[in-house]
Order: sequence, then C-alpha cells, then structure tokens
Amino acid sequence: MVTCINDAMFPETGKAVVRLLRRLGVEVEFPSSQTCCAQPMVNTGYLDEAVPVVRNFVDSFAGYDAVVTPSGSCAGSARHQHGLVARRSGDQGLADAVDRVSPAVYELSEFLVDVLGVEDVGAYFPHTVTYHPTCHSLRMLGVGDRPTRLLRAVRGLRLIDLPRAEECCGFGGTFAVKNADTSVAMGSDKARHVRSTGAEVVVAGDNSCLMHIGGLLSRQRSGVRVMHLAEILASTESSPTAKEHPVDAAEAPR
Amino acid sequence: MTGTFVGMPPFPSAARTALADTQLRANLAHATSTIRAKRAGVVAEVDGWEELRLAGAAIKDNTLLHLDEHLLRLEESLTARGATVHWARDAAEACAVVVDIAKRYGAEEVVKVKSMATAEIDLNSALEAEGIAAWETDLAELIVQLGDDLPSHILVPAIHRNRAEIREIFRSSMGSVGRPAPEDLSDEPARLAEAARLHLREKFLRAKVAVSGANFAVADSGTLVVVESEGNGRMCLTLPEVLVSVVGIEKVVPTWSDLDVFLQLLPRSSTGERMNPYTSTWSGVTPGDGPQEVHVVLLDNGRTRALADEVGRQALRCIRCSACLNVCPVYERTGGHAYGSVYPGPIGAILNPLLKGVGVDDQTDSLPYASSLCGACFEACPVRIDIPSVLVDLRAQVVDAHRAPRHRVPKAEAVAMKGAAFTFGSGSRLGAAERASSLFGRLAGRAGRRTLPGGRRLLGRIPGPGAAWTDARDLPVPPAESFRAWWRRTGGRG
Repeated sequence: MVTCINDAMFPETGKAVVRLLRRLGVEVEFPSSQTCCAQPMVNTGYLDEAVPVVRNFVDSFAGYDAVVTPSGSCAGSARHQHGLVARRSGDQGLADAVDRVSPAVYELSEFLVDVLGVEDVGAYFPHTVTYHPTCHSLRMLGVGDRPTRLLRAVRGLRLIDLPRAEECCGFGGTFAVKNADTSVAMGSDKARHVRSTGAEVVVAGDNSCLMHIGGLLSRQRSGVRVMHLAEILASTESSPTAKEHPVDAAEAPR
Repeated sequence: MTGTFVGMPPFPSAARTALADTQLRANLAHATSTIRAKRAGVVAEVDGWEELRLAGAAIKDNTLLHLDEHLLRLEESLTARGATVHWARDAAEACAVVVDIAKRYGAEEVVKVKSMATAEIDLNSALEAEGIAAWETDLAELIVQLGDDLPSHILVPAIHRNRAEIREIFRSSMGSVGRPAPEDLSDEPARLAEAARLHLREKFLRAKVAVSGANFAVADSGTLVVVESEGNGRMCLTLPEVLVSVVGIEKVVPTWSDLDVFLQLLPRSSTGERMNPYTSTWSGVTPGDGPQEVHVVLLDNGRTRALADEVGRQALRCIRCSACLNVCPVYERTGGHAYGSVYPGPIGAILNPLLKGVGVDDQTDSLPYASSLCGACFEACPVRIDIPSVLVDLRAQVVDAHRAPRHRVPKAEAVAMKGAAFTFGSGSRLGAAERASSLFGRLAGRAGRRTLPGGRRLLGRIPGPGAAWTDARDLPVPPAESFRAWWRRTGGRG
C-alpha cells in the first residue's frame, strides 16, 4: 500500500519502498486498484463516505501475505479503524473481509524488523539526521525503537536525538486546516526542536507529518529538509538516490 | 463576580486569540512541562501501573452498567447515616436545592471546597443572584475568583497565571472582599500562600454553610470522599454547621475497598504526588462532630445522556485528574479558555458534547475537532478512556447531525468528502485525478519560488481554500508523475 498521499504527492517514497524491499528479496506488487485507507474521511467524521473506500481497500489487498505501507498512520487506520467503519455500515461481508485483511497490514519498520528480521538493510546515507516518531506509529501501532534501530545500522548516518521527540507535530489530518493556527503553533515548536539538533535532515515514517514539518522548515529557509525513512533505507553506496525501475539488475536481491 | 463561558466562539477562533497571548503560552508551557515530568516520575515507580489502570476502568465500567442500583444503595446508606439526599436532573434543579438550603439557614455567604460539579452548574452565579456570596477557598479557584477570571484547568484552574500576575490580583482584589493582601506582598510562592491563608481563615471561621463536591461516593458505606492538597477542604468540611455536597452520579463506587485503586491512581495522575496531603471522608452526620446537617445533591445534568452513548460512555469513568490536559499538545498551546467550558482539554473535548449533545451549537460541535488525535491523552489516562476513539465517534455524530436536508446547500467540506469518497472508490478514478493534479503541478510549479532538493517547486502563500495550509507552510507542487503512473510506465506488476 503506497498510500494516496505518497502516490499523488510523494512518489519517491513509494519507489524507495519498492527498491528497498526488492533488494531484501521480497516480491513486491502494487495492486493498481488501491487508493486510500479512508482515514481522511474517518477522522473528519464522514464514516458513511469511508465505506466504499474501505471496501476498495479490502478488495485490493485481499490474499496477500503482507500489506506493507510507508505510513504509521495509514497502517493504524487499516488495523484500528476499518473494523469500526465496516461494523457501523452493517455489512457483515465487509466486516469479515476487514478481519482477514487488516492483520496483514504492516508499517514499513514493523515489516523489516518483525517479519524480515533485519535491522541492517545495507543502506548508506552520509548525513546527520534526527528522527521524529509520528504519533500513530508510536502510540497507535507501538513501533517503538524499530525505526531508530534501522537508522543506527545505516552506514555514514549520524543520528541525533530530537528534544521532546514524542510530542505531536500538529499535522493531525484535517486538523491542519480546520485548526490551522493551533496546528502551526505545534509545528513551529517541532521545527524549533528540529533546528536545535543541528541535523541536516529530519526523518519520519509518515509523509503527511513531514509535509507539515517540511512546509514550516522551508518557509523559514531553515536549511533543514525532510525525508521519509524509506528513502534513507533505500539509499546505497552504489545508488544514493532512487533511479528508474527497481528491478534493474543492479537492484537484484543479494 | 466571575466571568462566563456563555457565548464563547468555536474552538478555532477562540484558540487563535489564545495562541497570540505570549504570557499565556509561556505560563502553560512551564506549568504543564513541570507537572508532566512529576507525573511521569511517580507513575514509572509503580509496578503494575497498567493493572491499576485496568482495575480502575473495570470498577467504573461495572458500576456504570448498574448505575441505578448503586445510586439507590448510596441514597439508602446516606439516609441511614443521617444525610439528606436530593436528586437533580439538571443545573437549575441542583442550584435551586443549594440556594434553598442556604436561604433556609439565613446564610449570606458559603465557603466552597474546590468542586467541578458546582463549577459545571455555575452555582456561584445562582447563589449570587440570591444575594449569597460563595467564597472559593482552593488557592487556584481563589485566584480565578478574585481576578474576575475563568478557570482554565480542572486541577489548577489558575494555571494560566504566573506568580507575578497572582500578586497583582491579590493586591488589587483581596481588600474588597475581606482581609486585604499585605502592603509588602512579594511574588514568592510562600508569601502568596500566606496572604491567601490569612484572607481565607476569616471566611472559614465565619461561614455557617459549606458547599463541596466529592471525588468519590461509596455506596455501601454512604461515604463521600474529597481528595485535596491544601487543607482548605478539611476546613470547609469540618467547621461549618451545614454541608451541602453536589455530586455527579458517575462518582459512585460500590464499596469502600474500591477506593484502594482510585487513591493510588488519582494523586499520581493529577498532582504527580504519591499521595495527596488531605483525604477527607464523611458518612452522613456524626453527632457532636462536624456539620450537623449534611445534604447530598446527586446531579445528572447530561450524564444519563452520556451513559446512553455506547462509545462515549467511557468518559464517565473520568476521575478529573487532568493528566490528559497536561500531556495534550493542543491544550499546552491554547490553554483552557479556548474550550469554552469548565472542562477543557481532551476530556473536555469529549465530555462537553456528551453532556450537552451535538448538533445544537457550533461551539460544542467544534470541540471534537480540537485535537490532532495524537493519542497522548489515552496513554496518560488513569482509567484508560480512549479519548481519540471517542473524538472520532463524536466527529461522526457532528457530521451526521449536520447532514444537509434536501432543501439546504451542503457544506463545502461535505461536498469535498463525497468527492473524495468517489475518487478513492477506484484506482482508475484516482489515477485520473492524479493526472489532472500533475498537470496542475506543471503549471503551478512556474509560480513556485522555492525548490526542494531535486528541483521540485514549492508553493508559497496561495489565496482561497489553500490559504489555511499555505499561510504558514510551503506546499510542494504535485509531482510530474504519480507513483501509479511511474509503476505503469516502468512495467511493474500488480
């Protein structure tokens, strides 16, 4: 599951996931019927509108061993909210389908550490970074220190602790525009903490939060950029940035 | 004498005003980070904290499941111990009971123990309307009352004030309602507390009637419990001749031994102390000792409405500790007044709509949206109220309450969500939308003044609906090629 925001706005993250997983010997498919996890509707209160989106989700991902997504928030939505939407709709068939599909949904760092059993993914990223644990990966999924274990194993990477790391950045989906002032106040404090680390890159597992943090950092001409965890883990000595198709010979499983 | 929350604007607007108050921001950042650290320390030292939370939640849930029976048992025990029990369906009925008792006693003033229930029903205004002065004796409540202010926190209603502001309030206001503050009052906490103590002592010794709430009401023994830090509660509960306690019906616990769990959970979660300094318990009237006339007003005021809400009823487990406020990143920045209620913060964002119902006023309907759903509140709650889930459920109730009847034009947001549901209903429809957005991106990119590493353009401030985002945040233009288009172009499977 690439997620709608990555598909439409941050395709490099999706490409990085494909590249990384193939490098680790995973057979990757992108069911092209996939769209969105329905979280924007659910968290804004439009549960009726979420039903067709959840139905499309389970139809798209039924039958796979694992549904891997570079988003703690979307994984959380699939695992914790789809059942609620389905039961509320009164469609028992949909509820059953959700019960089959949602346990197979993994956030990227969970899949790498728990399913593949790797921490050193062979990545190379010679930069100073700080890591922001996004709320849903931290508190809804409980990914714990999996992302930082993965980052610490990246060659060349220097990881600096982020002060008040576990505090929300203020994105919050439609909260970012419905309560824009509060969202920006929270994000400004996050940006201040990021800048206090002196890191060149702030990394996280959710591009939605990074779009918010990065939008503030960019407006401030801060000289700090945001990157998704997948893009760092996909970088190698031979290929420091994403290139064309991931099944090129150079990217074959090692 | 204190202000009112009536007529407060919806949260986004009230928050905008609060966010601009730099003194408020500094005071709250300091106070909440201090209390967060204290709480984290004393919670971490308890083995089995999670089991305690589960036990607390289970006791409350089981009690709420048979609330009617426990309340009747409570009434029976209280009556047997010499207390008089009154039932109040709403704020007006509860206020009328208290006013009636005070008038019957010819009281011109009452002293008050800090109580959320009496703040909820705005008892002070009701008493004042009858010419009866209600003196708050909790230090923070006193600061709010003297400052003609509104409470902004459940535990520390004056958390938005720093000691310099408190000194000013004491110097300018104490004299008009009793013993004035000393001429040379400084802003040292010990001197401020001393001024409050001297001011309040006169009132403790003079008052014939006291009003309290209760943290817990034990059904089997007919005991009310007040947990406090300053000793003002103990004064009010023991010195006057008449004691009236306004108690929300969700405060009942079945047995005395249930207190074991809550007296561990509450102080650590609220003040960050292992044990609170004063725990007062009383069971009706004790002849010759303490108040000889004891009244208990059992208050509904929307609680049965909340109880009927399958998802939201867990909010009635709340023991008013304030841990959710102290960890909330929204509350820390906006403060409590922006929530327009004596119950601010995450618990207020669910409790107010649950007690009042949604679809009635815009202010209440704005509260479930006053959260980024970060989940810090759920993590801190000692009785495991899943506040984010209740918020989401209440948002759905708000949306459903506003679903446009045929003759009305629906909200732009509702139209957008319907459009999104259609677009997200199939991969091909999303693909078409992405091709349109890529085209937009190529055009809009020319307007972007800044670029991301790699050359992608960023949009600065744009007018219209995009302004809410771009007023303070840059926005990358849509990429020239979506992931989906790239996958198809490069021959990926699936």
